[in-house]
Amino acid sequence: MSAATMSSVDTPSAKLAFQLYVSIGISVFLLMMIAGAAFRAVQAAWLPIPANFGYELMTLHGAGMVGVSGLAGAAVMWYFLRRYVTLSTGMFLAMLGLSLVGVVMILAAIGIGRFAGAWTFLYPLPAKSMGTWGAHAAAAFVGGLVFIGVGFLLFYLDCALAIIRRYGSLAKALGLGQLFGSGALDTTLPPTVVAGTMVVIINILGILAGAVVLVMSLINIYLPGVTFDALLMKNLIFFFGHVFINATIYMAVIGVYEIVPRYTKRPWTISRPFLASWAAVTLIVMAVYPHHLLMDFVMPKWMVVTGQVLSYLSGIPVLLVTAYGALVNIHRSGLKWDLPLRLIIFSLFGWAAGVIPAIIDGVIRVNLVMHNTQWVPGHFHFYLLLGLVPMLLGTMLYACTRESWSETALDRASFWTFGVAGAAFCFVFLAGGWQGVPRRFAVHDADWLGYAQLGSVAAILVLVAALVLGVRLLARLPRVTLSA
Amino acid sequence: MQNLAWTLSLILMAAIAAVFLWVVAGASRTGGDAGAAASTALRWRDRLFWLAIIAGIALSFATLWEWPIAGHAAAVTKPDVVIRAVGHQWRWELDKDTVRPGQLVEFQLTASDVNHGFAIYRDKTRMVAQTQAMPGYVNKLQVRFPEAGDYEVLCLEYCGLAHHGMRAVIKVRAGGSS
Repeated sequence: MSAATMSSVDTPSAKLAFQLYVSIGISVFLLMMIAGAAFRAVQAAWLPIPANFGYELMTLHGAGMVGVSGLAGAAVMWYFLRRYVTLSTGMFLAMLGLSLVGVVMILAAIGIGRFAGAWTFLYPLPAKSMGTWGAHAAAAFVGGLVFIGVGFLLFYLDCALAIIRRYGSLAKALGLGQLFGSGALDTTLPPTVVAGTMVVIINILGILAGAVVLVMSLINIYLPGVTFDALLMKNLIFFFGHVFINATIYMAVIGVYEIVPRYTKRPWTISRPFLASWAAVTLIVMAVYPHHLLMDFVMPKWMVVTGQVLSYLSGIPVLLVTAYGALVNIHRSGLKWDLPLRLIIFSLFGWAAGVIPAIIDGVIRVNLVMHNTQWVPGHFHFYLLLGLVPMLLGTMLYACTRESWSETALDRASFWTFGVAGAAFCFVFLAGGWQGVPRRFAVHDADWLGYAQLGSVAAILVLVAALVLGVRLLARLPRVTLSA
Repeated sequence: MQNLAWTLSLILMAAIAAVFLWVVAGASRTGGDAGAAASTALRWRDRLFWLAIIAGIALSFATLWEWPIAGHAAAVTKPDVVIRAVGHQWRWELDKDTVRPGQLVEFQLTASDVNHGFAIYRDKTRMVAQTQAMPGYVNKLQVRFPEAGDYEVLCLEYCGLAHHGMRAVIKVRAGGSS
């Protein structure tokens, strides 16, 4: 069967589905930014609200951002992957519907049940709140995550089936046969399919692990006498959490592979280093999670050594394949800068630069004095706020306008404000971590207030810039086309 | 260590920013042989790849050859003092809290309810060391306190609504208990 007949059909419902994802995605991103900025203001002692409300904001911000990053990343992947394989709009919408059910449950858990156990729901905290939230609130939060997970699982299974139908197997779609074969490369295998396959593999496994640990948590919430091994639970939670949040950016990067060549008129095709890096990343993303557990000294030594070594290795494909590849593609290409492209290239900088403090934190000696300080939100905000968010924004703007965006002074001002204030926001976190300021404290000691106050100012500027960019995107959303 | 992490991060991030700025500044221009430039860039990428691998091997040996955490799981050095600490929501229970300067102190950490993080600070802006306190497990952390003074213990693993208030003090005194 030809590739043309395998691609998905552009129906009005498919277009509407994408518009729903973009509009809900942008709205939730902005609302969660407000929650995050409010928590930073609580830390700065500028928002006179009780600590328990601060921790609720923190829980909402974390869960909401992880969820919406997953949904928006999946929307980008669906948008481009459906050109090569037949994806179901129904499954795509089912993911959104189930996620919205989950969101309602999570909002009820936090807003009504006062749940404030952080998005990581670290066992057995959901069940042990010292009476500050009840079993039903914890169950609503954990159950909400189950609904979201089921939605994502349906979507990834649909993607997996579609890829297997078109390419024969996930291994072939990942390019393993070509990577280890001796023949000439078949460069018609799109980078989008390779990246999509990687995400399908890791996230199906990640979500299944998440489902197991969520069900175990639910059992413990209602039957406190049934307990589980805390170290096993921690491993499952961090495997799931690490894989899920990393998959968001590996889905979004598909937009980079698809869009940058249209500006530069230079193709971005697969190569052996490209295939090798995606094959390596498939394994590394799943095996690297022990770098979250370096301070659990009862972990087997080989696992923490693996965590440190793989943390380092995981940076190489990002820096030397994706970021480097993009720079080679745009170098002296005569491209015309506009807002979508600016955002996309900036996002690669945010991702690449954010990898550095993450790798450094993955060194056990460093982790000993920086784990769970603000160094951690410093590096993950770098590659999420300055990497993932502009990557998604740039891709979605492109889907609305293609290369015909007419850039205004407001666009440029918003872009630069977002970039500069966003970098300042992240560097203040990193500086706080350097000085030992703890993360996840709603109440900060006097010595730490300056960091929180500077961070709050930067957060407000980021929020204003994101609001302008978000409104610009929403205003053009009716013009979106699935064939952009 | 914190200063090294901060400085190294800034240098490497600045280097990445410089490369991006250099390429971005010239991206809207055309010129030269694009194919030749790409070939040169890819040759450099191969060199950078091997440089990164060699640097990674060196970094791994330099940071792991001598095990980085004293007292990790099974202590090999006999401590002068053992302090058993239990994390509860939201307080630390220590069987002793006073030691002498220069003593090798082994903290044996566990928790009665949820996960906690046991982080020792010299002052508000300098962490000395940390480990996790987990129900059902004992993590061993060995620390030598060179200077007399008060060392504050903070909980660094989010453990509920009074997490930020879960603190203790290790007193290092010339005449402390042995």
